Amino acid sequence: MLKIENLHARVAGKEILKGLSLEAKSGEVHAIMGPNGAGKSTLGNVLAGRSGYEVTEGTVTFDGQDLLAMEPEARAAAGVFLAFQYPVEIPGVNNTYFLRAALNAQRKGRGETELDSMQFLKLVRERVKEMGMTPELLNRAVNEGFSGGEKKRNEVFQMAVLEPRLAILDETDSGLDIDALKQVAEGVNRLRSPERGFLVITHYQRLLDYIVPDFVHVLADGRIVESGDAKLAQELEAHGYAWVRDRTPTEAHA
Amino acid sequence: MNAVLTPFAASMQTAAASPLPGSGLAWLDTARHEALRAFLERGLPDSRNELWKYTALRALQQRAYAPSDYEATSRPVSNDFLWPDGCDGPRAVFVNGVFRADLSRLDDLADGVILQPLSVSLQHQAEPLRFLLAARGEEDDGFTLLNRALAADGLVVRVADGARVSQPLHVVHVGTGADDAVAWHLRDLIEVGEDASLTVIEHHVGDDASGHLANLVRDITLRERAQLDWVIVQRASSEATLLRRTDCVLHENARLNLHALELGGKLARHELRAELAGAHARFTSRGAFVLHGRQHADAEVLVTHSGRDTVSDSLWRGVAGDRARGVVHGRILVRPGADGSDGSFYNKNLLLSATAEIDTRPALEIYADEVKANHGATVGQLDENILFYLRSRGISLEVARRMLVRAFCAVTLDGIEPPSLREHCEALLAEQLPETEA
Repeated sequence: MLKIENLHARVAGKEILKGLSLEAKSGEVHAIMGPNGAGKSTLGNVLAGRSGYEVTEGTVTFDGQDLLAMEPEARAAAGVFLAFQYPVEIPGVNNTYFLRAALNAQRKGRGETELDSMQFLKLVRERVKEMGMTPELLNRAVNEGFSGGEKKRNEVFQMAVLEPRLAILDETDSGLDIDALKQVAEGVNRLRSPERGFLVITHYQRLLDYIVPDFVHVLADGRIVESGDAKLAQELEAHGYAWVRDRTPTEAHA
Repeated sequence: MNAVLTPFAASMQTAAASPLPGSGLAWLDTARHEALRAFLERGLPDSRNELWKYTALRALQQRAYAPSDYEATSRPVSNDFLWPDGCDGPRAVFVNGVFRADLSRLDDLADGVILQPLSVSLQHQAEPLRFLLAARGEEDDGFTLLNRALAADGLVVRVADGARVSQPLHVVHVGTGADDAVAWHLRDLIEVGEDASLTVIEHHVGDDASGHLANLVRDITLRERAQLDWVIVQRASSEATLLRRTDCVLHENARLNLHALELGGKLARHELRAELAGAHARFTSRGAFVLHGRQHADAEVLVTHSGRDTVSDSLWRGVAGDRARGVVHGRILVRPGADGSDGSFYNKNLLLSATAEIDTRPALEIYADEVKANHGATVGQLDENILFYLRSRGISLEVARRMLVRAFCAVTLDGIEPPSLREHCEALLAEQLPETEA
C-alpha cells in the first residue's frame, strides 16, 4: 500500500530526512519511534503534503501512485489521513459542515456520489456513538476551545468519519493524560481493519501499550536505524534511544 | 461660470439645466441652484478631506455622465433582482434612479406607515420637505451638494408613533443596461415615530455592464424609543460607482441596528453618521466587504455620542484579493456632556493577495467623563496552517479559502432577521471569493 524509498527531505534548507525507506501493507500497524529531532513529524507532514517540506530525493508510492506528485486534497481523496500533532482551531467553521464538506470532497475526488445532509447526519451520528463523543461537539466550531485531549479525540473521530486507507498519527499521544490516551487508543483500535494501514508516530512507548503495533521502526537522524516487532518498543523503553544511536542503519541504503 | 470644468463637473452642470420634479417652486429652485454653484466652486472631495483620504476620484473627474435614462420607466428588470431570497412583502423599486410603481408593491403597507416616492412628494406635497431640502448641511461635500442640486427621486417614509411594523420593507435599487453611463441622485427621508419600529432591507443589484453613478443621500430620524433595523445587501454592478451618505439622529432610548454586506460595485462608499442625541440611545453596526479585481470599498462609520449613557458598538470585517482596495474608518466622538457613554469599534481585515490593500483607521475623540471607549483594527492573511488542515481532509484549496473567508465574515451576519435573509447573505458571501492570490 505505502512504499517509501530513500526519502530525503529538507525543511527551511536543512536536511531532516536522509534516506528513509519503509513499506507498509494494508491491515498493518507500523510504529515509528525516535528521539526529538529525528524527523518523525517531518515524515508525517511530507506524506500529507504540507508546503515548506522539500523532497530532494527518493520516492513515495501509495497504491502504486506517486504520492509526492499529488496535492494534499488529492492525497486525502486517495485515502491518506494525517492526525495532527497540533490540530488547528477554525473559528466560525462548524464541525458538521466541515466534516461533510471534507467527506463529500473526497467522495467526489474518488468518483463516488456525495452524501446529502440526511445521509451524512445519519453516518455522523453513528460515528459519534461508536467513538463515545459528545454530540454537542458537532455543533461547535472545529476544535475551537477544545482541550488538548478533545482535539486529539476529534482527530480520531474525523478519521472514523472519513475512513482513510492509511492513517498517520503524528504524536497523537503528546500532551494527553492517561485517561485521554486510553480513549484515543480505543478509538484507533476500533478502526483497525484489514483494509486500513496505520503509521503511529510517537516519542514514547506508552501509546504502544494500548495500540499494539505489528512493526516498530526506530527513526534516528533522518533514517530508520532499527526495525522489529512490538518487543522493540519495550527494549527502547528499557534502554533509551542511546541504545540505537550508534547502531548501523538497517534500511538506509536499501 | 468656470472655464476649466472637469468632464464630470460639466456633465453635472448640463444635467442641472433640465427640469426636475418640483422645478418651479421658488425655494427649491433656489436651493438647487445654490447647491450647484457651491459644487462647481468646490468640486469633488480630494485627499485633503480626511474622510476621502484613501478614496481617490481622479478617474471619476474625467468621466461624463448622462443626466438620466429616458427608458428607466420601461426597462425590463430580471426577477432575480426583484426577488432576492428573503424578499417578500412590501417593496419599493428604483430602476436607474427612477421609482417604478409597476415593479413596487406598496398596497399592503402596515398601518401607520406612510411611504411616498420623493418625485411624487415634490409635485404634490413639497412644503413639509422644505426644511430638509432647503437646508445647507454643515458637512456637505461635493456629492451631497450635487445631490441637493440634482436629486430627482428617493423615498419618504414615515412611521407613526407607536406603530410597530413587523413586516420588513424592501428597497431595491437596480442599475441596468442604459447605453450611456447614467448618473442619478436619490434623496431618502426615513422617520420612525415614538415607540415605533421598522425594518428596512436595502438591496443594490445590477447588470455587470452598467457603469452608472448612484449618489444617495439619506436622513434618518428615530424618535424617542423608536427602533430601526436596517440591512444593506449591496451587489451593485461591478462597473458601478455607488456613493452613499447617511445622517442618522437617534433620540432618547432609540435604537438603530445596521447590518451591511458590501460585495459589489467598482467604487462603493458609504459614509454613515450616527448621532446619539438622546440619553440611552443605542447604535450597533455589523458590516463586511469582500472585494476582488480592482474593486474599491470605503466604509466610513462616524458615531457621535451627544446624549448621556449612549451606547455604540460596531464590528466590521474586510476582505480584499487581487488588486482590490478597502478602506475602513471608524470614528467615535464623545461630546462634552455625553457622560457615561460606551462606544466601541472593532475591525479585522484579511488580505488574500500581495497586491490588495486595506487601510483601517479607528479613531476616538473623547470630551466627556466616565466614558468607556474601545477600538481595535488588524490586517492579516489566511492562516496557512488552517488551509493545510482543511486540504489534508480533502477540501480543495479554493473551497478551503472560501470557507475561511465566509467564517471570517459570518460574525457580522449574526442577528439578521429573518433567518432566510441571513442564509441568503451567507450564500452571497460564499460566492464572493476573490480570485486566487498573485
